[in-house]
Amino acid sequence: MTAVKKLGLPLGILLILAWCLLPVVWIISLSLKSEESITAGNPGFLPAEGTFVGWENYEKVLTDPLYDYFPRAILNSIGISLIATLLSVIVATLAAYAIARLEFRGKRLVLSISLAIAMFPVVSLVGPLFDMWRAFGIYDTWPGLIIPYMSFTLPLAIWTLSAFFREIPWELEQAAQVDGATSWQAFRKVIVPLAAPGVFTAAILTFFFAWNDFVFGISLTSTEAARPIPASLAFFVGSDPFNRPASLLAAAAVLATIPIIVIVLIFQRKIVAGLTSGAVKG
Amino acid sequence: MTGAHVATAPTGGAVDSDRTRAENSLGRRLVLPAVVLMLLVTAFPMLRAIWLSTFDYSLTAPDERSFVGLSNYWTALTDDLFWQTTGITVFYMVFTVAVELVIGFAFAMVMHRVIFARGVVRTSILIPYGIITVVSGFAWQFAFSSTNGFVNGWLPFIGDDFNWFGESMPAIVAICVSEIWKTTPFMSLLLLAGLAQVSEDMLEAAKVDGATWWQRLFKVILPNMRAAIMVAVLFRALDAYRIFDNIFVMTNGAQDTASISFLTYRQTIEQFQLGLGSALSVLLFLSVLLVAYLIVKLFRVDLAAARQEG
Repeated sequence: MTAVKKLGLPLGILLILAWCLLPVVWIISLSLKSEESITAGNPGFLPAEGTFVGWENYEKVLTDPLYDYFPRAILNSIGISLIATLLSVIVATLAAYAIARLEFRGKRLVLSISLAIAMFPVVSLVGPLFDMWRAFGIYDTWPGLIIPYMSFTLPLAIWTLSAFFREIPWELEQAAQVDGATSWQAFRKVIVPLAAPGVFTAAILTFFFAWNDFVFGISLTSTEAARPIPASLAFFVGSDPFNRPASLLAAAAVLATIPIIVIVLIFQRKIVAGLTSGAVKG
Repeated sequence: MTGAHVATAPTGGAVDSDRTRAENSLGRRLVLPAVVLMLLVTAFPMLRAIWLSTFDYSLTAPDERSFVGLSNYWTALTDDLFWQTTGITVFYMVFTVAVELVIGFAFAMVMHRVIFARGVVRTSILIPYGIITVVSGFAWQFAFSSTNGFVNGWLPFIGDDFNWFGESMPAIVAICVSEIWKTTPFMSLLLLAGLAQVSEDMLEAAKVDGATWWQRLFKVILPNMRAAIMVAVLFRALDAYRIFDNIFVMTNGAQDTASISFLTYRQTIEQFQLGLGSALSVLLFLSVLLVAYLIVKLFRVDLAAARQEG
């Protein structure tokens, strides 16, 4: 029994690590194999002798004119995700402050609306949005994606932030008000600095959503003008349109994943706190 | 309007009612942008979808748009394809959530006990969560591929040239694997948060009383984290019901793997049938509501029964 106990935990840890990393290692391994070896059929997990090509696929994806749309998609994704994150977090901060701190009529309604939106089937909206965005002239543009990303990340951002805001010692704000500050001044000067870590967490989660989105990305864009990375990967074709260039696609996928991995590595503590507080306490 | 009501309140005095009024209006002003944005992209398009769904409207022939009443709904609801995709969607939901609940709970138990490698484990568990679903779809599609994947080679009971995407059931399993891989970490993090709320004292007491590991699991741990389990299942089930990305990437709907989301997308965006597509959008929305209602209802019954038991 004690032996089982002693071995159980390390074994569990190893299993979790294998689970999380296996497909990541696999796609990296795929991206280092030569295109020819893939089309010829090359089963096996790691690149073998003769099929290993180093950085060649990465160079091709980033510099070959044939794949011009991919660097462009990276640019689109970074720009659209960052702008959507920034705007969404500003709007969510205001709303979450009001929800955590103020008594006002319609509070329940706001919470119900955001809960409903979190459950909303995104695909239900692409038809009417497709039609509306073309009428407004923002189909296939950055704003055409930023607006849906903002509204779909608001619920999560509002929950995460109001969970954080509830834990702030609000006496500080009252003290500021006693000293003659208005509600708005007290909010801005005292609470905003204390809330900054929560805001940051909400920002990371929002960025994840925007970076990951696929449905809006493929339905509301038609050219490389606004097509983000996930959509661009789905339409990835090489010199032969009938055969997906697996190793090049893998290289592109790895490139698309690097920013997310970097964010995870740096901010893992905050992400866990945000995910659980937003979902469980909200 | 509200202000007048507050001002005439008999108790509290002038200062208090001013304050209440100010709080009311400040609160509303602060939530207004969020509410407007959320409604702009959901409520308004949804109303438009309901309106469009009463037309025979194809983008390839926009001038021939004509009002047809509820006939699009009739078309959808009497079509075998609609019911088949709905059935498959329910299967995706039940299967992935059930597997994720078991694996996610096991992971949460390990993470709860881990002390020395905590940071490493928690960081790695976030990697699948962070990875783009489309990338995960490709990774698993290539992994299951009979020409350059490794899955066939690693599974001894399956022939090396077995084509996972040649038949319905294996293709669905491959899609589920990708979905489960990606979202189990989310489930396990939520369960980990629930696990942290189970009192250690109670566990100790049960241990002293001679309860076995299984007894402690089913009598102490699980009942005490019921709320966390409910939230995790509700979130994941609704998410799984909307499954789309993995299907698009891995099979593009071939071999009867299409979900209801996929069918709706195909009608609307690929075939430009805005009328029929909108009817499907409305049906998809209603079915998500129904699923949410059923899950909440189911758990509530469960909760009440459990309370009586204890």
